[in-house]
Amino acid sequence: MLELRLASRLGAFQLEAELRIADRAVMVLVGESGSGKTTLLRCLAGLQRPERGRIAVDGEVWFDSDTGEWRAANERSVGVVSQEVALFPHLSAAENVAFGLRARGVGAAERRQRVAAALERLGIAALAARRPHQLSGGQQQRVAIARAIVVEPRLLLLDEPLSALDASSRRSIRAELWRLLAQLSCMTVYVTHSPAEALSFGECITVLEGGRVSQTGSREALMRSPRSRYVAEFLGVNLFRGSLAPAGAPGQPAAGPTRIALPQGELVVSERPAEDDAAIVIRPHEITLALERPVGTARNVFEGTIEELLPEPPDGELVRVSVASRPPLIAEVTRQAVAALELAPGRRVFASFKAAGVHLVTATET
Amino acid sequence: MATPAVVSARRTRPSLLTLGAWVVGALLIAFLALPFVALVLRITPRELVARLSSPAVIEALRLSVLTSLAATVTVALLGVPVAWLLATRDFPGKRVFEVLVDLPMVLPPTVAGFALLMAFGRAGLAGRALGAFGLSLPFTTAGVIVAQVFMAVPFMVGPARASFSSLDPKLLDAAATLGARETFTFFRVALPLAIPGIVAGIAMSASRALGEFGATITFAGNLPGSTQTMPLAVYVALQSDLDAAVALSVLLLLMAFGLLLGLRAAPVGSFWGSRARAAAR
Repeated sequence: MLELRLASRLGAFQLEAELRIADRAVMVLVGESGSGKTTLLRCLAGLQRPERGRIAVDGEVWFDSDTGEWRAANERSVGVVSQEVALFPHLSAAENVAFGLRARGVGAAERRQRVAAALERLGIAALAARRPHQLSGGQQQRVAIARAIVVEPRLLLLDEPLSALDASSRRSIRAELWRLLAQLSCMTVYVTHSPAEALSFGECITVLEGGRVSQTGSREALMRSPRSRYVAEFLGVNLFRGSLAPAGAPGQPAAGPTRIALPQGELVVSERPAEDDAAIVIRPHEITLALERPVGTARNVFEGTIEELLPEPPDGELVRVSVASRPPLIAEVTRQAVAALELAPGRRVFASFKAAGVHLVTATET
Repeated sequence: MATPAVVSARRTRPSLLTLGAWVVGALLIAFLALPFVALVLRITPRELVARLSSPAVIEALRLSVLTSLAATVTVALLGVPVAWLLATRDFPGKRVFEVLVDLPMVLPPTVAGFALLMAFGRAGLAGRALGAFGLSLPFTTAGVIVAQVFMAVPFMVGPARASFSSLDPKLLDAAATLGARETFTFFRVALPLAIPGIVAGIAMSASRALGEFGATITFAGNLPGSTQTMPLAVYVALQSDLDAAVALSVLLLLMAFGLLLGLRAAPVGSFWGSRARAAAR
């Protein structure tokens, strides 16, 4: 169990955060650059001392501004893997992995055995004698991960570990990392820019905005009710604010379906919002794109031209399509669909979704 | 489209600036090389060998090699930790300290030698204290080494400090998060990665120590066999035996040239290659 509460000022920037991570859990930390992710991570690693607060891991106090307790990085049980791999260029892969054990005074025999096991675990045993410049980006990142976990840290900090890799190695390492983290008994903080990584790793996702935790919860909770535009955009959902359309308006049957008026356009929803003002989420995968006006059961149909096609994740099978309809929508479709419909910017399409695909969200801040 | 045009223009017709730089460069090379060529042409190889095998020359050579080796080792042992401090720490008076370290580089060596005499001479500030233990530096071989160390310090600290400063801070952070204390990080990460700068510093300070004249003759005197190093022997020979002076000068020239050329050609990069191979075995 990790408990953290800290405040740190850097010029005009103020970081104030409170976090809890359960045993063995993976917490994904997301936020725009400048939101304080790196500072938070450096405070956890012991590379930067916050002004106020307390950090305790399994009841062991690493930092407490009230008592003046402070453990530097080398006195903490942490493992760090960063975007800039930071392997020691003059040491072989095996020597890099052995570094932490050597620093902690682990004997040669045990060291050899644990290094071999860690290299084996990351599938790089054959590369043990190579130096970093003789390894590909993906191989280097595997060495860095092995180096961090071989000391069996209580807290593993992964700072965008995959973002510097090319698409194919990112895909394969992501899958392996996911299996690996499930096996490890440490707590993990995983910082990422990628929604795909956040959704695949995060049982628990914490969002930092402007130095504060704006939302924390399971991925389902965040998808269901993103509390800010940033969260919604990060997760790739459509978030709107609207108000209940007046019943019996011209051309609308008095006892008809519930309609919500948006700043642009109008939606049909299946449940009635508790209040007049409502926040609405439409998940991109619930939106269907077609070239002809659909005749199915979908109650919400909007016509517009395609603005942009974005593969999502950057290497994945899905493509995000933004449509300049009223309201503007983001749909998520498969690569095959893009090819079959010949979707391209400028093409007119019909975006449709069922009334049940519109989710009402309470307590929204935008 | 403007860029390729500029590039191709540059390729076909060199600019006035480039032409001018080549001309100036040729003049400078001639100016630097001419004295050396004149010196080498003044003596035949056979005569050179004959001259150099005289006992007086061998004595001066032995003394020069011995003292500059000792001075280089001392300078490395003192200079590397100081370079690490200057590269990684801020402390009050750092500016003054930096100036002190650099001072011997710009000071006339005779002034340095005279200052050393004031400090370590029999009546000097520290000399009296040393004298109480029966130690005396001026006009001894140890004094030669002290003078050489004094003059060579900046040549060691400069490149070593530059190497330490250019270390990637992420590597030092990585070492800390892996549980390494500063001493461990210094010996396992900082020192090995700073080897190119340290090797450069060693070669430069060895060259400086080998060629040291002014501070040595002022502080340690010119006693054949105990303080008369090669540069001093050249100076003495100039006044009596010009051919001996030429022979000694050519030898010094070859040694300095070899040291600096060796530094340029040194496979510092493949230093890590040999380590990796050793680890693989």
